[in-house]
Amino acid sequence: MSCILELKNLGFTYGKGTPFEKRAVNNVNLKINKGEFIGIIGHTGSGKSTLVQMLNGLIRPTDGQVFLDGKDIWEEPKQIRNVRFRVGMVFQYPEYQLFEETVYKDIAFGAINKGLTGDELDRAVRSAAKFAGVKENHLEKSPFDLSGGEKRRAAIAGVIAMEPDVLVLDEPTAGLDPMGREILLSQIVNYHKTRGNTVILVSHTMEDIARVADRIIVMNKSELVTFDDTKKVFAKGDMLSKIGLQVPQITNIMQDLKQRGFDVPDGVLTVDEAVAVLAPLMKREGATW
Amino acid sequence: MAFISIKNVCFSYAEETDPQLHVNAVDGVSLDVNKGEFVAVIGHNGCGKSTLAKHLNAMLLPDSGKVYVDGDDTADEQKTWDIREKVGLVLQNPDNQLVASIVEEDVAFGPENLGVDPKEIRQRVDNALKAVGMYEYRTHAPYKLSGGQKQRVAIAGILAIQPKCIVLDEPTAMLDPSGRNEVMSTLLKLNKEDGITVVLITHYMDEAVLADRVVVMDSGKVLTEGTPDEVFSQVELLKKHRLDVPQAAELAYRLRGCGVKIDRIPLKREDCVKLLEEAIK
Amino acid sequence: MVRDVSFGQYFPGRSIIHRLDPRAKILMFIAYIVIIFCTFNYAALAVTTLFTAVFLVMTKIAPKFYVKSLKVIIFIVIFTSLLNLFYGTGNPIWQWGIIKLTMNGINRALFVSVRIICLILASSCLTFTTSPTELTDAIERLMKPLKVIRFPVHEVAMMMSLALRFVPTLLEETDKIMAAQKARGANMDSGNLLSRVKALVPILIPLFVSAFRRAYDIATAMECRCYRGGAGRTRMKSIHMGARDVIAFAVTALVIAGVIVCNIMMAAVV
Repeated sequence: MSCILELKNLGFTYGKGTPFEKRAVNNVNLKINKGEFIGIIGHTGSGKSTLVQMLNGLIRPTDGQVFLDGKDIWEEPKQIRNVRFRVGMVFQYPEYQLFEETVYKDIAFGAINKGLTGDELDRAVRSAAKFAGVKENHLEKSPFDLSGGEKRRAAIAGVIAMEPDVLVLDEPTAGLDPMGREILLSQIVNYHKTRGNTVILVSHTMEDIARVADRIIVMNKSELVTFDDTKKVFAKGDMLSKIGLQVPQITNIMQDLKQRGFDVPDGVLTVDEAVAVLAPLMKREGATW
Repeated sequence: MAFISIKNVCFSYAEETDPQLHVNAVDGVSLDVNKGEFVAVIGHNGCGKSTLAKHLNAMLLPDSGKVYVDGDDTADEQKTWDIREKVGLVLQNPDNQLVASIVEEDVAFGPENLGVDPKEIRQRVDNALKAVGMYEYRTHAPYKLSGGQKQRVAIAGILAIQPKCIVLDEPTAMLDPSGRNEVMSTLLKLNKEDGITVVLITHYMDEAVLADRVVVMDSGKVLTEGTPDEVFSQVELLKKHRLDVPQAAELAYRLRGCGVKIDRIPLKREDCVKLLEEAIK
Repeated sequence: MVRDVSFGQYFPGRSIIHRLDPRAKILMFIAYIVIIFCTFNYAALAVTTLFTAVFLVMTKIAPKFYVKSLKVIIFIVIFTSLLNLFYGTGNPIWQWGIIKLTMNGINRALFVSVRIICLILASSCLTFTTSPTELTDAIERLMKPLKVIRFPVHEVAMMMSLALRFVPTLLEETDKIMAAQKARGANMDSGNLLSRVKALVPILIPLFVSAFRRAYDIATAMECRCYRGGAGRTRMKSIHMGARDVIAFAVTALVIAGVIVCNIMMAAVV
């Protein structure tokens, strides 16, 4: 597997040299491979937002480097905009960034900035709209006439339309209801599968992360705590609760069963898995039904 | 009569001119809220739960049907301010409901509007801030607080009016997990220890599980209601309407489907483990 | 970033200055502005500077915050004092081509910078020690006589206090929107004037939309909290003039007298 993003001794201090100095990210080293689905967890103030904003050069690290495809993104500071097209960033509540007259134009904004024109632009906009679940007949509407969930999808499409190699989403499902969350999440998974691009998802909702991520970055107090396979991370339930993160209920239930001496594996993340493990166990051990 | 009594309420935002598009946001809802109860109302965005919430303190008036608060009709304009004193409404975005630049001055805003004596306002503000655990932050600026802290200040702002009932319209939707926990434990404390009636509008089922009674709304109507156990054991119905159920409940339900005998649907982790243990043995 | 500015912030405290009646503080501030621009020689300037320094110390707020509040205007100070420095009248004490330095120019540059700095420090002193609510409350009461001519005194004061409350929130929002548009490749740092103005559109429109949404929310929240205009409202922190306010006025009067004496006794240098 080839590495797309590499962070070397990456750090950031807010207000460096002032009395208000604050270390937000400290000495992070990691490698992310092409096509991976990465989850980032950590509670508010753990440094995860600062970390992801360094990936596309919105924040310039005060120490260390970010390598995109082996090249330091700050080698030529004047070219930093090009990095932003390659590492697309969807912020929390992205619907508040919409400003164009039509949804179509708004989705096209980033792609036009990137330099796409004509058919290429049209194709990029329409395919992004499809990935994000923006309805065809909404494209000519004003973005301000859409519902909250539809606005969010339009905003996400605006980043996908730049055709980035890496898509970073910061809390994309925040504030949505369960159905909206479910639909958006499956759209992101579908995008990841179809395009085969790298996706980095920052989320508080452990159930979501558990379901979709290949590997998980755990941040706490400006430090990288762990970066490992999803199953292995969630198997460390104690460590996660110690830093104030909640493990999915199902994982806890299975962990409890294991501790009581039942033969169940570590790091069960979804109800599907749990059913698959438990159903045969119960029948075999002679439950009455 | 119940403290709040909703009788067959319909309400629509749509303009009368287009009967084709006329959709009732709240469509014939009847519901009672008793004194001291903790009621959770869940449902999708657009199911009418927020619209219903605004009916409880006369921010909206029904197109048809009636809402009574402590015996008073909300449509009676003479009673509007009495009703808002009795039923406080906390909104979703904590940033947009704090009106002053200092926490304690914000909490004082309500009683100031009611013309309460300055000394008593001070007392009420201190008590309200203590009740939500924000007394140490009384001289802070709201914008420097975390989301959960802001929302607790907003709750204190309502408490200082000394209402009998607090209605909260998705107070945790914009908060992170620790903020949500802060708000939920504050609400439980207010309900259990101070006897304040709580109506919590939410789409998080793990919050609804903590209520005395759960009301599920869909397309402006009440889909089902009952204790959390009664409501969340209807896994099939909830799933059909694409609502969340606790993973514990879903697991038990699915295992039942595989033919495992489980007599109750558990909601909590400990209960589920116990039931599974029994089932395996 | 925009949020780092401490100008206009409030630092809660219990110092004597904090406890002065906000009306007294506003009136003293107005008197102070007059004094500052009536200093025509070094003795008068020294008196006002000393007065300012004593006041700042009495607020018991860390000096770093005052220093920070000066950061915003440092360029204005440098710019205006440079202008004054080289446009003085009288005999040049140093000349290089058309650039000449006169004693008058040096004096003017010094006075202008000290005046601006004192002015900013004094206004910081006012806003640091007076909460926005107190400030607007005081303004509302000072403007009360205007009610006679049907001026909406309460409404204006409420608007001011809400505006003050939402300044930091909207600044934060501006930061967020700028970051989001930059992430979509918006180019804000280069190009000619026209393209720079155009680059503001993606920031201003979302900002306005959000401000209106907030305004709507706030109105709802205020109604929920039984707000129905100024009539019948009380205040938690009722303000009243006390002995300390009288003393403060007396001190201010003394300083004014001192400045006048200095101006009469000594020759003006600017």
